[in-house]
Amino acid sequence: MGLPLMMERSSNNNNNNVVELSRVAVSDTHGEDSPYFAGWKAYDENPYDESHNPSGVIQMGLAENQVSFDLLETYLEKKNPEGSMWGSKGAPGFRENALFQDYHGLKTFRQAMASFMEQIRGGKARFDPDRIVLTAGATAANELLTFILADPNDALLVPTPYYPGFDRDLRWRTGVKIVPIHCDSSNHFQITPEALESAYQTARDANIRVRGVLITNPSNPLGATVQKKVLEDLLDFCVRKNIHLVSDEIYSGSVFHASEFTSVAEIVENIDDVSVKERVHIVYSLSKDLGLPGFRVGTIYSYNDNVVRTARRMSSFTLVSSQTQHMLASMLSDEEFTEKYIRINRERLRRRYETIVEGLKKAGIECLKGNAGLFCWMNLGFLLEKKTKDGELQLWDVILKELKLNISPGSSCHCSEVGWFRVCFANMSENTLEIALKRIHEFMDRRRRF
Amino acid sequence: MKQLSTKVTSNGHGQDSSYFLGWEEYEKNPYDEIKNPNGMIQMGLAENQLCFDLIESWLVKNPDAASLKRNGQSIFRELALFQDYHGMPEFKKAMAEFMEEIRGNRVTFDPKKIVLAAGSTSANETLMFCLAEPGDAFLLPTPYYPGFDRDLKWRTGAEIVPIHCSSSNGFQITESALQQAYQQAEKLDLKVKGVLVTNPSNPLGTALTRRELNLLVDFITSKNIHLISDEIYSGTMFGFEQFISVMDVLKDKKLENTEVSKRVHVVYSLSKDLGLPGFRVGAIYSNDEMIVSAATKMSSFGLVSSQTQYLLSALLSDKKFTSQYLEENQKRLKSRQRRLVSGLESAGITCLRSNAGLFCWVDMRHLLDTNTFEAELDLWKKIVYNVKLNISPGSSCHCTEPGWFRVCFANMSEDTLDLALKRLKTFVESTDCGRMISRSSHERLKSLRKKTVSNWVFRVSWTDRVPDER
Repeated sequence: MGLPLMMERSSNNNNNNVVELSRVAVSDTHGEDSPYFAGWKAYDENPYDESHNPSGVIQMGLAENQVSFDLLETYLEKKNPEGSMWGSKGAPGFRENALFQDYHGLKTFRQAMASFMEQIRGGKARFDPDRIVLTAGATAANELLTFILADPNDALLVPTPYYPGFDRDLRWRTGVKIVPIHCDSSNHFQITPEALESAYQTARDANIRVRGVLITNPSNPLGATVQKKVLEDLLDFCVRKNIHLVSDEIYSGSVFHASEFTSVAEIVENIDDVSVKERVHIVYSLSKDLGLPGFRVGTIYSYNDNVVRTARRMSSFTLVSSQTQHMLASMLSDEEFTEKYIRINRERLRRRYETIVEGLKKAGIECLKGNAGLFCWMNLGFLLEKKTKDGELQLWDVILKELKLNISPGSSCHCSEVGWFRVCFANMSENTLEIALKRIHEFMDRRRRF
Repeated sequence: MKQLSTKVTSNGHGQDSSYFLGWEEYEKNPYDEIKNPNGMIQMGLAENQLCFDLIESWLVKNPDAASLKRNGQSIFRELALFQDYHGMPEFKKAMAEFMEEIRGNRVTFDPKKIVLAAGSTSANETLMFCLAEPGDAFLLPTPYYPGFDRDLKWRTGAEIVPIHCSSSNGFQITESALQQAYQQAEKLDLKVKGVLVTNPSNPLGTALTRRELNLLVDFITSKNIHLISDEIYSGTMFGFEQFISVMDVLKDKKLENTEVSKRVHVVYSLSKDLGLPGFRVGAIYSNDEMIVSAATKMSSFGLVSSQTQYLLSALLSDKKFTSQYLEENQKRLKSRQRRLVSGLESAGITCLRSNAGLFCWVDMRHLLDTNTFEAELDLWKKIVYNVKLNISPGSSCHCTEPGWFRVCFANMSEDTLDLALKRLKTFVESTDCGRMISRSSHERLKSLRKKTVSNWVFRVSWTDRVPDER
């Protein structure tokens, strides 16, 4: 990946030295040529609509949370009944807000984020608002952290399967590599010490310097939390190898039962040794738990002062709109509201999950036992003609073209086992989900008959 | 001990520069008309606070825009989910039209060639990622905005090689300066990928002349390199002249739709013209599809909040508002600049004649003990700590001549500006130089100019700079 391509531009002048773009600009490390994105294209060209296009493509490849908007809308309506978020009479507070570009971020907003993150973890960890660095989404946070923790040609170890966007976010402009920590279904895709050592060794053998491990907890695409024991092992590993540990906890508020989530923050909470704490960094965002990807709110939380200071300075390239910080600050610091939101959101996601898993089961399809997130990890290995990546892509294509469902093939997530697919369930109405399940049933019925 | 990347340990963030230290001092003791009348007055921040009332009254008349509604109906869900890196079409259309309006509708901007970014800080860095890499350099005329050292070099690994401009011709870009910079880059084993100019200039407060723009376009044509024109201050032009954009020049030279036009890129933002730096709205405009495509994907790292895109597309689509705003903005900026210039003159201080921007480029060479940057820093410290004015020393802008300072005038009330000028006048009169020129202001200025021209020898004291030829 990332081969530099020399682009010959057709030109009418005599210059035979066409000025090149950078290697970064012409590489394909942005990853957009993968099938993952081709499915989106098919959806864009023929999108399902309950009334206007009932036989269109149903988007099940987009991890969005649309189940709890009503709660947010109602709250914001009540807060600003007259409409304008700066007050309706002469818009006081507007100019101060419009001028605010301090990369420390609005203090009230940082405090709100810290308090929200604490609530999600049931108070099992404290978050210091001064360690919160705001970025325009977790996409920016992950890239920024990579710039800070690693140099070009260094590597981060990432357990497979992982979010396809990481190929771009962690590697594209940073020049950093990803070395996979292979996980498989034999133990529910959990990270094992052997897999960690093996990944580390692979990097060393290739003369690549490992700078850290990056996990997503709860996992995308697995839809499952990382167990406490595994987190402790991970931290031990990072201490032994003297590397960093980044935990992307973007789905932490989407765990169906709060007690089942252990954040790395809880583990660090009980550690006094600064040299251990300083290697731990957490990424968060409001895009999944609150369903607000358009507002671009992400954060880096680091126990390392140097990282906080540098990340803050680097955040100049990706600040959160002060308008957005202002609007969300009071909502997120309203603990009564957030407690209610978190509780109801979890409940609704759990019910959606149960609906889809039940529905798939009835069609003879098993999923990985999940407990979080906006998707389930479905096993269609038994349907593959060829147990190869091509076989998987063929099946994916059939599902897209025949069933008109856009789901994500495991290979786009770098899964080392073929036949797994990520299916999103929170970005559509309940009716649409039923229709999708119906199409799957019919497809499975047809197959059984032959 | 685990380490962090070299980006952390280097000084690429640029925050040890005096530019930023002055801000820190201001933060410790900020002026407030009532609560802290002896505090430091911030004159180092290029903000435009002169026209908020116009936007505020628009907001009151158009409550939907800021309350996530369209025709009274909530579009909260739609906005909350909108994260398409192509940006909101209505917003890009409104941006394109606003940019056209600023240029007197003489040139057109295609919304499809606009890439949005979280401020021009992000736009400039993204363009740099697309055009340059370690081992490459961009040529920048000095003096330049201190933030460029961070924005263009820090994470990209690219280098900046200065195009030295001097007061002998009002800091205009010359052919020989361009050639010298190019050769200097070659000597440093750097591959020149392009030239980046800010037009109107920060910190000079002057718009590039047609001659300079022609020179630049000819230069990049012959060297086969890029030209980035950061036109972030294009809407602050208040002089008698019209703002000439590099796009005007391409049109006039009939270079539109040619290979050269693909190497000319414009950067814009709403942070200065509209005074909305907090909202993080920047844009790259390029005729090169590959750049638009790559930059669009990169914008994922710095998208503009959909809430903000929505508000501003409504604001900028209101043509009645935009034309009234642009006209009023110019008037108020002009009047403020005049106030600063005449206040400085009565203290025996001249400025570079400016026609744009939110600041003046002030000549305090006559107040230096010696013609060195050490003396400039000494003077700056006195002004910061004794006079309690935070202004930006020319050295932080990489000016090759000591004694110049950037002084902002649009980020405070008139009263505060008057107070600042009063403090400065008192300070000047208390120094030797000041006492000597406490005669009539006209006499003052005449004798001052004579003295500076005949007595000062332009010798540069930085060891890594090319000595002046004069």
